[in-house]
Amino acid sequence: MNHRLITFGDVSRFYGEVLGINRVNLAIPPGITSLVGPNGSGKTTLMNLMTGLIRPTRGDIRVLGVRPDDPEQLGRIVGYCAQFDAFPKGLTGYQFLHSFLRIRGMNEAECAQRTAAALQTVNLTGAAERPVAAYSKGMRQRIKLAQAIAHDPQVLVLDEPLNGLDPMARAETIALFQQWGAAGRHVIVSSHILHEVDRISDQVILLSHGYVVAEGQIQGVRSEVKDQPMQILVRCDHPNALAARLFLQNHVVEAKIHPDGRGLLLRTTDADEFYLMLNRIVLETDLTVESVAPADDDVNSVYQYLIGGEGGTV
Amino acid sequence: MNRLWFAQIAGVIRLEWKKTFLSRRGWWVYLLALAPVAIALMHSLISLRFAARRPHTVFQDAQAFAVAFEAFFLHLGIFFGCIGIFSNLFRGEMLEKTLHYYFLTPMRREFLVIGKYLAGLIVALVLFLLSTGLTFWLMGRHQGAAWSDFFWHGPGLAQMGWYLLVTALACIGYGAVFLIAGLFVRNPMIPAAVVMVWENLNPFLPSLLKQISVIFYLKSLCPVTVDVPPPLSVLVTDTNPAPAWIAVPGLLLVSTLVLAYAAYSARRAEINYSE
Repeated sequence: MNHRLITFGDVSRFYGEVLGINRVNLAIPPGITSLVGPNGSGKTTLMNLMTGLIRPTRGDIRVLGVRPDDPEQLGRIVGYCAQFDAFPKGLTGYQFLHSFLRIRGMNEAECAQRTAAALQTVNLTGAAERPVAAYSKGMRQRIKLAQAIAHDPQVLVLDEPLNGLDPMARAETIALFQQWGAAGRHVIVSSHILHEVDRISDQVILLSHGYVVAEGQIQGVRSEVKDQPMQILVRCDHPNALAARLFLQNHVVEAKIHPDGRGLLLRTTDADEFYLMLNRIVLETDLTVESVAPADDDVNSVYQYLIGGEGGTV
Repeated sequence: MNRLWFAQIAGVIRLEWKKTFLSRRGWWVYLLALAPVAIALMHSLISLRFAARRPHTVFQDAQAFAVAFEAFFLHLGIFFGCIGIFSNLFRGEMLEKTLHYYFLTPMRREFLVIGKYLAGLIVALVLFLLSTGLTFWLMGRHQGAAWSDFFWHGPGLAQMGWYLLVTALACIGYGAVFLIAGLFVRNPMIPAAVVMVWENLNPFLPSLLKQISVIFYLKSLCPVTVDVPPPLSVLVTDTNPAPAWIAVPGLLLVSTLVLAYAAYSARRAEINYSE
């Protein structure tokens, strides 16, 4: 049993006849892990399973070695910012955080200190004494986040945590995620804002219809998608000449001159062979290459290839 | 139980009071509980004013309280008060989608059930014990020295003690029943209606069925017997009241068993707000 991983062993969850997730096997290391998938793909089910709010129909789950059906242990190491935009009635932001810390058994002084710290982290100190019911959508999102982090958990599970946040708060929140991830914590994030997921994730888990369709670092996931030619952008001074040479190769299926005339966007079925050939071309001709970079090894593109929908490619 | 468990239960009680019982939502229960106090006060004031026109004895006042206690406190006040207090402890959280906050805390779910039950029970006991005591006291207060004599030197104090015990047992028993109803049933008013019909039919049920109810044991403990008035009285089946040594521990045992099952169920419960 690995005490540094969140593991799912052949986990399935059904809601009556309806499939939540099926035969999921995962080993999630520390860092920021993004769950990506369309509505109903099983993201929330996966999160609810690892936080013990629901139980698997089949299979075994361990969160840093703890079974989710052991709330006394799990609650100490996990913080969950759930999707529900609901709060106990009649409480101020301060009371909301403080009350649930008291239920954890902490003493008054520790609760007060942790509450103040959590409020400060999410920039809600000024609104602490206002009722949560009077908060804006963004403030409610932040107070949920504060409640999830107040006890300093090792594992943070965040269901659409960027929803309702303004750009400034979004940037601050992403910076927090990165800080927690860098500190060796597990930060599990579901989000439909793919470009932001792409920017912050150490690894991604792509879900579709209850199945994990891909997992790992995004570049690795992209390279596994063999049926979609890799897109590569080459910035150079003679893209026409380069295109002419490349079209002689079987593995290059498409090449487009960049609109600014100083680059070539191509699609190849064999990226390794392409890079070797590009080296040869550079040596043999007077072509000056400024940069070579994959153009579709981001979450957006991978999402598009594996799941389809709104994910845009270059 | 160790100190952490006590601290967690105390934390649940504090939070429940803060968000439910000290809020505007709980007002109707307070009004329900204190209504008989107001009626008893009115009775006292009217009797003082019209004492000459409608004279009555302290024993008639004690009998009037017995009728009011059975008809109002047992069948309506405590019953509906407990529905309001206990059935929402879990069901209210599910409807408002806030139960997951509790489920994510590192506490045994059994203690969550105990904490919520105790929060409700303390409120119910304070309200209804206060209401029963005050109503009893005010019912004959206009009799002056005669009531004081009845209370301190006659059967008054003992009667009030029994009524308070019955009130407490009613809160404990109905509290447990409605807490578990709130855990299992989407609309707790349905089991509440079934229980109410069953409890109200109690005098007319055969002896064996009578004993499968809360009200039978509560009535057995009441110090003054209240007969069903004619013509319904012909339908009443005679059954010996349960002795106190059975009724009191019996009700406590049944309540404990119900709570134990609620705790077991909470341990296995999942969050599924769309259910």
